[in-house]
Amino acid sequence: MTAPSSGATAAGRAWHVAWRAWRPAGSLVVLVAAILFPLVFTNPAVTNYGVFTLVFVAAASAWNIFSGYSGYISLGHAVFFGSGAYFVGIATKDWHYTGSKVFALLPLAGLLGAILAVPFGLVALRVRRHTFVVITIAVFFIFQLMAYNLQSITGGTSGLLAPTINYAAATYNNPFYYAAFAIAAGTIALSWLIRRSRFGLQLRAIRDDEDRARGLGVRAERVKLSAFVISAVPVAMIGGVWWYYTTLVDPSSGFDPLFDVAIALMAFLGGLGTVAGPVLGALIIEPAELYFQQQVSSGYIFLILYGALFLVVILVLPRGVIPTAAELITKWNARRKNGGGPPGQALPASAPSPEVDLSADGSKGSSPQASTARGLA
Amino acid sequence: MSALLSTEGLEKAYGGVQALSGATIEVAPGSIGGLIGPNGSGKTTLFNVITGYARADSGQVFLDGRAITNARPEKVFALGIGRTFQLTRIFPSLTVLENMLIAAQHKERSRNPFAVAGGAASRRHAMELLEFTGIASHAGALAQTLSYGQRKLLELSYVLVADPDIVLLDEPAGGVNPSLINHLAARIRELNAAGKTFLIVEHNMDFVMGLCDPITVLDYGSVIASGPPDVIRNDPAVLDAYLGAGDDEG
Repeated sequence: MTAPSSGATAAGRAWHVAWRAWRPAGSLVVLVAAILFPLVFTNPAVTNYGVFTLVFVAAASAWNIFSGYSGYISLGHAVFFGSGAYFVGIATKDWHYTGSKVFALLPLAGLLGAILAVPFGLVALRVRRHTFVVITIAVFFIFQLMAYNLQSITGGTSGLLAPTINYAAATYNNPFYYAAFAIAAGTIALSWLIRRSRFGLQLRAIRDDEDRARGLGVRAERVKLSAFVISAVPVAMIGGVWWYYTTLVDPSSGFDPLFDVAIALMAFLGGLGTVAGPVLGALIIEPAELYFQQQVSSGYIFLILYGALFLVVILVLPRGVIPTAAELITKWNARRKNGGGPPGQALPASAPSPEVDLSADGSKGSSPQASTARGLA
Repeated sequence: MSALLSTEGLEKAYGGVQALSGATIEVAPGSIGGLIGPNGSGKTTLFNVITGYARADSGQVFLDGRAITNARPEKVFALGIGRTFQLTRIFPSLTVLENMLIAAQHKERSRNPFAVAGGAASRRHAMELLEFTGIASHAGALAQTLSYGQRKLLELSYVLVADPDIVLLDEPAGGVNPSLINHLAARIRELNAAGKTFLIVEHNMDFVMGLCDPITVLDYGSVIASGPPDVIRNDPAVLDAYLGAGDDEG
């Protein structure tokens, strides 16, 4: 939960109102900053960071719509990324597309991602937890092997090259930046819509207890598969952008196991199952990785850092930055509003502490049963 | 009067263990049925088979005369059977109100899954039920912050939110302190007076004897007795089953 739930106290309510007023404003600032970014920082070396970061903002947010909300950790989303990249590559070659016209292929790449996700999901979603993770990895390797071996279609190990584009050098990155931005912004909006929807509530119920949810009328198979298909679409689209930008896809870069680890790590770091978490995670990790790759000649050292970062996140911030920060702010706010009373008297409505004492609210509007139950609790 | 819920000759084996062997029960509409028996006698298995969490090897389940054998849990719920679990199962990372809305959603008129979760009517109804069970003041709190007894009340509340025809309660009083047990019994009686049918598995004999009529006794997966509390209390087969199986703790 990013937001404190409807507060039981006046302090909680005041905070809630402030939070709700602040959130759209904050989102708007980030949105405007992202749009202006390539116009302010015109150096292509900087906008290059922007393009790659937005690729991962989109991918991590899309992954989170399925894995974050449902709790089913997919390590096979590179299937959609690579397929999107290959699809745009093959279609560009076969249909002789050039220049900005190639971007028109992105919706088709998204459609392909959705179509692939149906059989993939039908197979993988028959199982849960670790078995599900293993199945997604297996499907991923099937796709990588196909890319290696179906040489007439994929170009085998040499991959598929993009046609050269005659964009001006100074603003060459900008079309890619805005294409990635549009997909990222759309994905975040979708993630936000789903998070607050009935569909999203069903997904989160599945994450907590799938069998119990089914016993309350949630059609789990349908809900899970829908989320899986939805999350595949932006990943496939952004794969197409990535191919056109990097000008090359081969089996090891299109179907890259590190892609799956990266988007999962981004979501975990920022906050699994929150809207802003994967965005924040991508904004932290992707630029850091790019910077590190530039500074250190050996590209393998960042892999060690990746592993180390994963461990640190799991140990120190198991719930991610956003939920932890939201909780800290709520606690701090409740303490401040309480005028320095003992910490035990603080009333953070959403704090996970089992000792949360809500009795201060009992004075108003509670039935006799309510007080009975509380007294007994 | 014909039974609202009935089973006929249900068989269920787990490996070599025959959990149900010809279990045949009937629950009359408007009754509070009790289901007792020693540990391992098949009570929870019977619940699982009725509600679609386990498949029957053979036999039938009927709801209002209609065969619903081996229907899936979501289907069974939609048909009007709500249940709670022996080990209370709530959604810990959702708020109490969101827990309620999960069960409410299949009744909502809007078919648009992207509509904001919980319409005004659903929320109002959910809050009314939380008031009724006495945990409304926790509506905004995460369910994981609730105490054990409150979780039992939440589970009962969200099963009720969808207004099922019959509610199966698996050990509602287990591990709950005596005053809360009375609170719970009072709620169940009130709901029953309003027409709700219950079938309750429970080890707490005072609770069962005071609340349920008729009581059905299971042993080794089949019914060995059925009748009003006074009859069951003195039934030799029942006494034998309980004494033979040792005490009924746990």
